[in-house]
Amino acid sequence: MSALVASQPLIRWSWIGDHLGEIRTALVQHLELTFVAVGVGLVLSAVLAAVAIRFRITYQPINAVTGIMYAIPSLALFILLTPITGLTKLTAEIALVSYTLQILFRSIVAGIDSVPASVRESAQAMGYTRWQQRWRVEIPLALPVMVSGLRIATVTTVGLVPISGILGSDQGGLGTFIFDGLNRGFNTPIFVGATFTVLLAVALDVLLVRTQRLLTPWTRRVRAT
Amino acid sequence: MSALHQLFVWFNDPANWQGGNGVPERVLQHLWLWAWSMAIAGVIGVTGGLLLGRSRRSGTVTINVANIGRAIPSFAVIVIGVIWLGLGNTPVVIALVLLAVPPIFTFAFTGVREVDPATVESARGMGMTEARILRSVQVPLAMPLILNGIRLSSAAVLATAPLAALVGSGGLGRYVIDGFAIRDYAEVGAGVTLVVALVVVNELLFAWLARLTSPGKRRRPRVSGAFARMTPG
Repeated sequence: MSALVASQPLIRWSWIGDHLGEIRTALVQHLELTFVAVGVGLVLSAVLAAVAIRFRITYQPINAVTGIMYAIPSLALFILLTPITGLTKLTAEIALVSYTLQILFRSIVAGIDSVPASVRESAQAMGYTRWQQRWRVEIPLALPVMVSGLRIATVTTVGLVPISGILGSDQGGLGTFIFDGLNRGFNTPIFVGATFTVLLAVALDVLLVRTQRLLTPWTRRVRAT
Repeated sequence: MSALHQLFVWFNDPANWQGGNGVPERVLQHLWLWAWSMAIAGVIGVTGGLLLGRSRRSGTVTINVANIGRAIPSFAVIVIGVIWLGLGNTPVVIALVLLAVPPIFTFAFTGVREVDPATVESARGMGMTEARILRSVQVPLAMPLILNGIRLSSAAVLATAPLAALVGSGGLGRYVIDGFAIRDYAEVGAGVTLVVALVVVNELLFAWLARLTSPGKRRRPRVSGAFARMTPG
């Protein structure tokens, strides 16, 4: 760490030009790690949420367990898993998934809960089956809340992926640059890693908002007022 | 030897409870980082959230900016901070503050927005000054949400402070990083156990505070309902 040199320029622009290929590879890897983690997290959370909605009594225990998983320091979880799953992508993904569960689980349940009882009863009165009620009425109406949770989970995961770089250069996405810069006392890659991480998060966030607006056109008019 | 047994042996070893690398010292270092970060982030987040939440302008942009704040990789901030400011606790505290502000801000902001405008109007009609309305009406009514934001940030700070060890600072992250360096997973596990224990204490503390600040009624803060209306976008 003492190798950090303050006298070098904060950013050496030519380095960025010379490493565009690597930056692209890291970006793609970062995206992959994020997508898999959020995707798997979403499926698991949906199952947990379905259980919690059906059997209310399970809500608190599931909430507590996912809360504890969220509390385990990311750095430590990456490390603790290595004796079991090695320095692999699997280790990174297990840790990343475990961080998405709490926020996704809570937002799915909160979303379904936000559907007014009157709407639910109307659907029932119109002869919707349970299944239709869930998929055609409750989930569409719950979508804005669910997506808000999905956005937080996605953005947080993008910010956590760099730490998984401690497992090696194949697991860190843009974090690889940060660890590389730290090890060599070279600022530029650290800035590149950090900046692109934030940009990626912004891009994914915007993408999710756009998607949500497309899927729930009725919310647009409400917002305009 | 099972992992649990190794952990037990580690905690049972008196050597791990004494001196600069002992549990009490490391816990104190951890709490020191936590206290500074939360104090600064609390002031910034609560003040900003309350003031911006009171303004009549649309909050969409504000909430979205705060949301993106969650993507700032703490690790990168720490490393960049070390380059600029040198080794020490300052870069770590800066990173933890950046981590802690968005949830505190968002919840304080939403909390004030959630207060029924009719209630605020009544207070105004009764002749309360704006400062008095904020202090006696809006803040008390927003308290459950404000506390929830602080609770979330506090847990996140406790769980993220171990990153400090990557740049040579103290705290419970030392056990994680030093343990990993010599492949002593009992030590890593001990670090994790202590952090999780702190987070659990944090949850209990805030559950108690939440009850304390809502006298008379023993209801839990309606967090899930507020979550629904907090929808950024």
